[in-house]
Amino acid sequence: MRRFSWFNATSLTLGFAFLYIPMILLVIYSFNGGRNVAVWGGFSTKWYGELVKNEAFLDAALVTLKVGLMSSTLATILGTMAAYVLVRGGKFYGRTLFSGAIYAPLVMPEVITGLSLLLLFIAVGLDRSVTTIVLAHTTFSMCYVSVVVSSRLVSFDQSLEEAALDLGCTPFDAFKSVTLPIIAPAVISGWLLAFTLSLDDLVIASFVSGPSSTTLPIKIWSAVRLGVSPEINALSTIMIGIVTVGVLIAAFMNKRAVVQRQKDEQKAAAA
Amino acid sequence: MAQPAKNQTVFAPWLDDSQKPLIEFSNVTKRFGDFTAIDHLNLSIYEKEFFALLGPSGCGKTTLMRMLAGFETPSDGTIRLGGEDIAAVPPNKRPVNMMFQSYALFPHLSVWDNIAFGLRRSTMPKDQIGARVEEMLRLTRLEKFARRKPHQISGGQRQRVALARSLAKAPKLLLLDEPLGALDKKLRTETQFELMDIQEKTGTTFVIVTHDQEEAMTVASRVAVMDHGQLIQVATPADIYEYPNSVYVADFIGDVNLIEGTVTAVNEGTCEVSYAEGAAPIKAATPESGVLGTKVAFAIRPEKIVVGTEPDPTRANAVKGKIEDIGYLGNISTYHVRLDSGQLISAQMTNSRRLARRDFTWEDEVWLSWTDTAGLVLTR
Repeated sequence: MRRFSWFNATSLTLGFAFLYIPMILLVIYSFNGGRNVAVWGGFSTKWYGELVKNEAFLDAALVTLKVGLMSSTLATILGTMAAYVLVRGGKFYGRTLFSGAIYAPLVMPEVITGLSLLLLFIAVGLDRSVTTIVLAHTTFSMCYVSVVVSSRLVSFDQSLEEAALDLGCTPFDAFKSVTLPIIAPAVISGWLLAFTLSLDDLVIASFVSGPSSTTLPIKIWSAVRLGVSPEINALSTIMIGIVTVGVLIAAFMNKRAVVQRQKDEQKAAAA
Repeated sequence: MAQPAKNQTVFAPWLDDSQKPLIEFSNVTKRFGDFTAIDHLNLSIYEKEFFALLGPSGCGKTTLMRMLAGFETPSDGTIRLGGEDIAAVPPNKRPVNMMFQSYALFPHLSVWDNIAFGLRRSTMPKDQIGARVEEMLRLTRLEKFARRKPHQISGGQRQRVALARSLAKAPKLLLLDEPLGALDKKLRTETQFELMDIQEKTGTTFVIVTHDQEEAMTVASRVAVMDHGQLIQVATPADIYEYPNSVYVADFIGDVNLIEGTVTAVNEGTCEVSYAEGAAPIKAATPESGVLGTKVAFAIRPEKIVVGTEPDPTRANAVKGKIEDIGYLGNISTYHVRLDSGQLISAQMTNSRRLARRDFTWEDEVWLSWTDTAGLVLTR
C-alpha cells in the first residue's frame, strides 16, 4: 500500500471535521447540566430523564414510527410494481409518459408536493391525520423505491423468469418465487430509503398533518422555534445513536456477505 | 447418431410415411416489426430425434426454438406438438422444457432446489419428488453438489445442473439453446458425448440450437441448416456433408473448394463443367439432366483430392498446379495449390509417410486428381 501523504491526511481530517464537528458538539451539549444551551454547566444526564417524561415528544416519536413503517411499506409495494412494469412491460402506449410521471416527484420542490396534497385532501374531504401523512409520504417516496428497484431489474437476466415459466410457473408465481427473492436486496434498500425519507420529512408533513398527528420533525421544529432546549440535544443524540447502530449493522452484514461470496467462488474454482 | 448397424433397424422416422411427427411447423412466419425472422417455414421433427438447428447468428434458429418453448408466437402459420396446435398454450402449460444458453439457474436456490423447482409445480406427489431429484443428480453425476448454490460450482457443473433441471419433468421435448457455448473445447467434446448418452437413456426428443457445425454433426440425428429465416437443407449429418444441396450449405459445413463454371456437356448421369479457357473441363456425376448450359459451382472437399507428382490414371480428373502453401497438422497436411488457370485449390492428404520422405514441397509442380463422383455440381 502507498504511504499516507500529508495531503491525504489533511483532506481526510478536514472532510470529517466538516461533517461531524456539529454533531459531536450536539452530543456533548446533550450532557450539559445547565439550563442554558450554549453555556457549559457541568456533566449531567438529566435531560435524558426529562425527555422520557415528556409525553408530547414520545407521542410524536410514536406517530413518526407508525407513519414511517406504513408509508415505506406502501411505497415499496407500489414502487416495485411500477419499476417492474417499466422494465419488463415491453412497449405499451404511454410508456414514456408513465416513466416520466414516476420520476417527476424526484425533482419536484417539496413545498409544491405538500401544498398540492393538502389541496387534494381538502377537496376530497379527508381530515388531516396520520392517514394523510402516510398517503403523502407514500406518494413522494415511491419514486425513490422505483428508481432503486428498476436499476436492479435492468441488470437482471430475463431468462431466469423465462426459465421459471418454462418449468411450470404462472407469471405471478415466477415473480414471487424467482424475481422477488433475487431483487430482494434492492427492495429492502428501497424500503429503508423510503423509511428514512419519511423520518426526515418536515416540509410535506407540516402541510398534511393535523393537530392530533404531529411527527417528531414537526415537534422538534416547533420546540426549537420557542428556543432550543437541552432536551432537543438529548433527543437528537438518541436519533444519531440509532442511525449509527443501523449503519454499522448494515455495513457488517454487507462485509460478511462479500467475504462469504469470495470464499464460495474460490471453492467453485477449486471444484 | 443414426448409424446403420448390422441386424439393427436404422433410426430414420423421417423416411417412414406411417410415422407421425412430434412437431410440425406448417407455413410458419414470424415477424418483428419490419424484420422477418422466420419465413414460411415447414418442418417436421420426430419422436426420439436429436435435431440440430444450425446457422449463423441472426438466421432465426433461436426464434424457432423460442416459438416451441412458447416465448414467441408465430405471426402466421401453425405449430403442432403431438398433433395439437400449441399457439394458445402458455409456456408453463407446455410439455416442453428448455435449457438456456446462460443456464438461467436460480441463484438463490441450491442445486437440489433448482432441479426440484419444476417438479414442485407439477402434479407429481410430494413424496416422489425427492426420488426424482436424486435420479437426476445421479444421471448428471452431481450427487456431491446437491447442497451447493449455483455460484459455488464450476461452469461445467452448472451446465449439468441446467440439463438436470430441464430433464426433471420428463418433457416430451427438450430444447437446448447453445448448451455448450460457455465450455472450453475439451469439456465441450466430453459433454457432447454425455448429451448423446443422456438423450438415448431418457428417450427424450432433443432440439439443439448451435452455430458450431462440428457440434451439430457430432450429436444430431438430423441437421437443419438455416439462413435468413429459411431452412436451406434438412438431412443427416453425413448427407449434409456429402450431398449439400447448395453452395451455402457446402460452404457452411466443413471446408470446400468451389469452382465456378458452365456445364458444356451432359450424358447419362455425368456432365462436364468448363471453368477456364484452355483448361480441360471437369467431369462430374450429376443426377440432374437439365443443367446443360447453366452456370454452376463445382464443389469438392479437400480430402477427396489426391496430390501427386504424376496424374492418377484411375481418376477421371487431373489438373496441374503449383504448391503455394502447406499447412502441416501432424496427422494430415493441407496443400494450397494454384492451378494454371488461376484458381486456388486446397487438398488434404494424410501423412502416411514421414515428412522427410515427401516427394513435393513449396513451389513444386504437382497434379491434383479426383474421381468423377468425388465432387458435386451445385446449381444454387
